[in-house]
Amino acid sequence: MTAEGLTAAVDTRSQVAAFERKKRPVIVQWATAVVAIAFLVFVVVGFIQGNINWSTVGQYLFSPAVFEGLLNTVWMTFLAMGIAIVVGTGMAIMRITPNAVLQRVSKFYIWFFRGIPQLLQLYLWYNLALIFPTLGIPGVLSVNTIDIMTPLLATALGLGLCQAAYVAEVVRAGIISVDQGQVEAAESIGMKYSQVLARVVLPQAMRVIIPPVGNYFISMVKLTSLASAIQFSEMLYNVQTIYFVNGQVMELLIVAAFWYLIVITVLTSVQGRIETYFSKGTVRTVTKKKPKNRHKTGA
Amino acid sequence: MRESNDYIVDARNITKDFGDFRALDDVSLQVKQGEVVCILGPSGSGKSTLLRCLNHLERPNEGAVWIDNDLIGYKEENGVLRELSSAALAKQRTKLAMVFQRFNLFGHRTALENVTEGPVQVLGVSQAEAKRKALELLKRVGLSDKAKNYPNALSGGQQQRVAIARALSMEPTVMLFDEPTSALDPELVGEVLHVMKSLAQSGMTMVVVTHEIGFAREVADRIVFMDEGKVVLDDTVTEVLNSTNPRARDFLDAVL
Ligand SMILES: Nc1ncnc2c1ncn2[C@@H]1O[C@H](COP(=O)(O)OP(=O)(O)OP(=O)(O)O)[C@@H](O)[C@H]1O
Ligand SMILES: [Mg+2]
Repeated sequence: MTAEGLTAAVDTRSQVAAFERKKRPVIVQWATAVVAIAFLVFVVVGFIQGNINWSTVGQYLFSPAVFEGLLNTVWMTFLAMGIAIVVGTGMAIMRITPNAVLQRVSKFYIWFFRGIPQLLQLYLWYNLALIFPTLGIPGVLSVNTIDIMTPLLATALGLGLCQAAYVAEVVRAGIISVDQGQVEAAESIGMKYSQVLARVVLPQAMRVIIPPVGNYFISMVKLTSLASAIQFSEMLYNVQTIYFVNGQVMELLIVAAFWYLIVITVLTSVQGRIETYFSKGTVRTVTKKKPKNRHKTGA
Repeated sequence: MRESNDYIVDARNITKDFGDFRALDDVSLQVKQGEVVCILGPSGSGKSTLLRCLNHLERPNEGAVWIDNDLIGYKEENGVLRELSSAALAKQRTKLAMVFQRFNLFGHRTALENVTEGPVQVLGVSQAEAKRKALELLKRVGLSDKAKNYPNALSGGQQQRVAIARALSMEPTVMLFDEPTSALDPELVGEVLHVMKSLAQSGMTMVVVTHEIGFAREVADRIVFMDEGKVVLDDTVTEVLNSTNPRARDFLDAVL
């Protein structure tokens, strides 16, 4: 090729390089969208044409009984998760202490409560009176088990203590994820064991602990529905009570499903915020001027 | 009973085993008020282990350590040494401050919070007072403008200087340094050594494990040379650096 020919080629190429650009057609994506919409239409039409009385759904959506069920579901979720987090964290700490007895107790706990189906555990607590007719401190205090083991307490214990076994494993994983150097630094400035845990180890373990515990929270909202089996008046139990009378089964199940989705949507957004809070110090944070092109880690 | 003496650090006949392996073999170390002692020795010779025994991060199998005439980790009672509670040990540790090779700053706390944590949580100083002093300390290590940075937004040298400020915040009687510059890029070593030199000049009692012979030559009152878990030499800087001991010679010729 001559020198002139080369220059000409370069010139054409500069023109080509400046051509307008077109993205590849996203046929697959469009096809997927069409299938998804078709499916959605099919389902919606099914629901509309089907034998569903939508005015009944509307009527019960904000009814006192459903509202009571919703409240009980929400507060039972927090109660059971509260128990799960407190007991689970305790078990995780027992597991990492040098005390061999405590370690065994923790292992046994996790083995036991993880091994039995949750519904069965609810029945066990609810029927505790069959094994221990009275509870209390011998000679000081004694109550009839049947009086205190209400559906509420049985549900809180059944769901909370079982979930605690899962929380314990997650917290332990979180604690192990914190570098041993952090513990040594804390000890070297004279912190007591409890301070080392509370101020140095657990806060840094949170980053690992929060996402799975958030998921447990969301599962717990749904798990509370198991308590309908022992007459705890959470949402499912309350709508069942209604449809046993009026026979509008699908309508009331839709009402319940609607509220479960609302609660879970709210919890999911809260989870995101908490995760951001505990990622403090893991995302590069500089106070003053904007850093030159520092990329974020994690988050 | 041992009468009190004027050693700030008095470690007597320390032996430390890890399983079958003897990491420290009958090691003694005495440091007086205001003295700077550098510990040299090849990798695996037990330098870190000795330092960790001083503040009881490692529990010696035999021997005992007195810091400022305080027996560390035990109570002497009718001819036996009774183990102290972890709370009592924690209290004793406030006299010793340690600076680590890998900094170990609290990752979830800003530079400032790293420095106020000990005074507030351990010494019971008020937040405001602790903050005022922390800012002073950060200024002393040249990091006033980085107070609000989290450790991951600080360079290695800056992190180590915050770690020194954190150690100083406890107003320790003696400071222990375990290879404080060996995780740093060469150009960052100077800033940390500079802070350490000024500390030494201010009269701080220091025990420093280091490979920085230059630093030892300049500020150390004494050099301890260790090998295979034993103290081989414990003498003035000139004596050790010019020693004809073959093991010390091998090591020194390699690093000098
Ligand atoms: N927790 C432990 N378990 C078992 N062995 C250990 C433990 N800690 C230290 N050792 C061993 O004890 C010996 C001394 O270790 P040490 O960390 O004190 O060496 P060092 O002189 O500080 O070395 P370096 O210059 O590489 O830091 C090494 O052989 C090491 O493998
Ligand atoms: Mg070492």
